[in-house]
Amino acid sequence: MVRPMYKITKRTQLSQNEYDFLIEAPRIATKAQPGQFIILRINDSGERIPLTIAESSATKGTIRLVFQVIGKTTAELAQLNVGEFILDLTGPLGMPTEIKDYGTVLIVGGGVGIAAIFPIVKGLKNAGNRVITILGAKTAELVILAKECQEYSDELIITTDDGSLGMKGLVTEAMEQVIAREPINYSWAIGPSIMMKFCTETASNYDLPINVSLNPIMIDGTGMCGGCRVTIDGNIKFACVDGPEFKGTQVNWDEFISRMKQYTDEEDACLADYQKAQVIHNG
Amino acid sequence: MARRSRTKTPIAEQKPKVRNSNFNEVCLGYTIEEGQAEAIRCLQCKDAPCIKSCPVMIDIPGFILAIKEGNMQEAAEILSSYTNLPAICGRVCPQEKQCEQVCKLGMAKNFEPVAIGKLERLVADWALENQDFSKLSQSDQPKIGRVAVIGSGPSGLTVAGDLAKLNYEVIVYEALHDSGGVLTYGIPEFRLPKRIVKKEIESIKALGVTIETNVVVGKTITMDELRSEFDACYISVGAGAPNFMGISGTALNGVYSSSEYLTRINLMHSYEFPKYDTPIKRSQQVVVIGGGNVAMDAARCAKRLGAEHVSIVYRRSLEELPARIEEYHHSVEEGIEYHWLTNPIEYIDNGNGDLSGVKCIKMELGESDESGRRSPVPIKNSEFIIEADTVIEAIGQGSNKVLLSTFPELKLTKWGYIEADPKTGETSIPGVFAGGDIVTGAATVILAMGAGKVAAVQIDNYVQEKMKTPVTTKV
Ligand SMILES: Cc1cc2nc3c(=O)[nH]c(=O)nc-3n(C[C@H](O)[C@H](O)[C@H](O)COP(=O)(O)OP(=O)(O)OC[C@H]3O[C@@H](n4cnc5c(N)ncnc54)[C@H](O)[C@@H]3O)c2cc1C
Ligand SMILES: Cc1cc2nc3c(=O)[nH]c(=O)nc-3n(C[C@H](O)[C@H](O)[C@H](O)COP(=O)(O)OP(=O)(O)OC[C@H]3O[C@@H](n4cnc5c(N)ncnc54)[C@H](O)[C@@H]3O)c2cc1C
Ligand code: SF4
Ligand code: FES
Repeated sequence: MVRPMYKITKRTQLSQNEYDFLIEAPRIATKAQPGQFIILRINDSGERIPLTIAESSATKGTIRLVFQVIGKTTAELAQLNVGEFILDLTGPLGMPTEIKDYGTVLIVGGGVGIAAIFPIVKGLKNAGNRVITILGAKTAELVILAKECQEYSDELIITTDDGSLGMKGLVTEAMEQVIAREPINYSWAIGPSIMMKFCTETASNYDLPINVSLNPIMIDGTGMCGGCRVTIDGNIKFACVDGPEFKGTQVNWDEFISRMKQYTDEEDACLADYQKAQVIHNG
Repeated sequence: MARRSRTKTPIAEQKPKVRNSNFNEVCLGYTIEEGQAEAIRCLQCKDAPCIKSCPVMIDIPGFILAIKEGNMQEAAEILSSYTNLPAICGRVCPQEKQCEQVCKLGMAKNFEPVAIGKLERLVADWALENQDFSKLSQSDQPKIGRVAVIGSGPSGLTVAGDLAKLNYEVIVYEALHDSGGVLTYGIPEFRLPKRIVKKEIESIKALGVTIETNVVVGKTITMDELRSEFDACYISVGAGAPNFMGISGTALNGVYSSSEYLTRINLMHSYEFPKYDTPIKRSQQVVVIGGGNVAMDAARCAKRLGAEHVSIVYRRSLEELPARIEEYHHSVEEGIEYHWLTNPIEYIDNGNGDLSGVKCIKMELGESDESGRRSPVPIKNSEFIIEADTVIEAIGQGSNKVLLSTFPELKLTKWGYIEADPKTGETSIPGVFAGGDIVTGAATVILAMGAGKVAAVQIDNYVQEKMKTPVTTKV
């Protein structure tokens, strides 16, 4: 089997639990569009996990992945160094964001979801939109990619739960302020599901169309298993091929949030095992 | 000569109680001596009907005679001139509906047919153990042309092998991280050991075929790119997209498609969790919906993962069961329960978004439909509930749209499969051929292979013709 080698060429730690990697993947880099993701598998016993393509360079043949350590696989990924390889990397997957000139757009990113909105911010800015970006996180340290987003935004608003950076409060409060101030033509929200749900409520209160990017559990990522299914406007859709972007108002949020909990017990056990092994390994 | 045994030569199998807690192969196969004893039963018919009932028309009496004479090498050579995947077909073909159905010995009163599949498997396994594929000489003649194959299931592997033998450069593109299609992610280890699948694939690679994994055609590479880089393309992406019944409660936790359940188990090794990272539910009470091989596989996997009760809900009766009969018998031995003439109508929520039961309705067989099958109709007021923490829907798969949605020029049937001439594999687009499940809908390994055999010949003709006609203006 011919297996291209997916080499890590750059590794930056963004916060206590968030990492920023550049990985060689020339084929994916030439095709990637905003809104798309990859599926990776670190090694032979690994699971397949989806991560958004935060940026790509066709000339350098690299893609950028930004991820948060929340379980075994992301913890293991964070341990890899520059020069090391990832066994499998597939993509770009999913439907791209519809990039065009909408007029004025409002883009909201929360937590590690900021990595997923960055290519959309960049794409929409380059397509001629007036871009207003809201970044939200628990504390200042978790506001990632602010400089990059700033570069492609006409206005950047930062909110933190504890007020350690920008305005104290939730992204939805910042949304309300912007919507009250000027007409917005389209909006996006990517972040924790509960945040996307509330952003959707806020936007729909003002009849503002909003797209969200769903992050259900995925296995193949190519439409062959239905593990990633979500109910959109009453119909079963597969987020990996029909999405991951959908109209926020059409998502069955409660069902979506409930399905994210499917493997909590197994995931916890897996992470605990891994951490124990690490402790023994590191003495 | 000794009298012919009425029954097939017995074959060693793992005991049900033992195999219910492992994923090792159930059927252990014949020894050469047992194979010879079985080979003696073959009548060596002149006009052997079994050949015509095998979709790739293997010279069955021929290879059986070679076994009888103890000439395994010759038997292997006969097989390999007809099939590229004999160790697989010998294991998974529904022989009772193909070669063994028409066996003249089996037609005789009180006689079982010759165990053709088991003999094929014996020879193929012998060849995988004893032949050195690295010695296969690849021709040093310049290649005739380049062909791209999309999908590495049995159909794609067959085309690739045959075209490589005809001296083509062949590259197979596969979306997943491992090759083999359903052989790798669908059919479980206890029926088809992955070691065997890997070896069969190695033997095809030894012919000079390149397989590139992690390439989703339509996404990673487009059809336009492939068509400009290659002389011809063969699309064999299978029918992998799961259908859901869409009854109330489908989104509950604990409701799986068979594709997801089996992919987690076979491709991702979740039965070895946490040694492998992909989790799977350790269920207690499992209901599987459907009656095909897929349903059998899912139910038997669930049992092996430790479930106490596993039942299969099928809307027709045993006579209509589409699964291989051998696997049905295995499932019964393993303690799988059956609800015949039953259909699910609702999945019940335990209040926390998890499944607690499957509400079913009894069915009766009504009038025959156009296909001659009596269609099941629900019996009023016959609803009942089966307690379950997991339900697996194995009600069939449809065509995968990942490639097709990016290639709108290609003509599809009204069911969404690729329209291709069954005699040639030609599609509506010159130079693009297709076969296997993506043309027929979910079918069998041997039919997918047969389509690949046919297409390889046609692709060769097409490329040779193209070489002869001088290139004029591009249309
Ligand atoms: C389209 C898409 C894009 C994503 N992009 C990013 C990104 O850019 N950065 C980032 O940090 N995260 C992203 N995620 C989430 C990321 O896939 C999960 O954080 C990761 O799979 C967790 O794996 P783990 O083993 O470390 O954690 P686990 O302990 O396995 O799981 C922790 C939680 O992560 C989720 N999860 C687990 N397995 C999967 C899976 N196979 N697929 C999806 N979610 C899963 C579940 O909610 C689970 O409860 C994305 C998810 C999707 C579907
Ligand atoms: C659980 C199960 C049990 C079965 N049991 C039996 C049995 O006992 N006997 C029997 O004869 N048949 C059985 N079948 C049916 C049989 O496996 C199929 O008919 C056969 O595998 C079809 O072969 P194929 O080559 O057409 O496609 P597949 O085997 O489906 O292979 C298609 C391949 O294409 C890849 N692919 C898809 N889209 C793309 C893309 N865009 N780019 C690149 N690659 C892509 C897929 O990942 C896959 O690897 C079973 C099927 C299942 C699911
Ligand atoms: S390939 Fe299948 S049908 Fe043909 S001889 Fe073998 S088992 Fe019988
Ligand atoms: S992850 Fe399997 S269909 Fe989407």
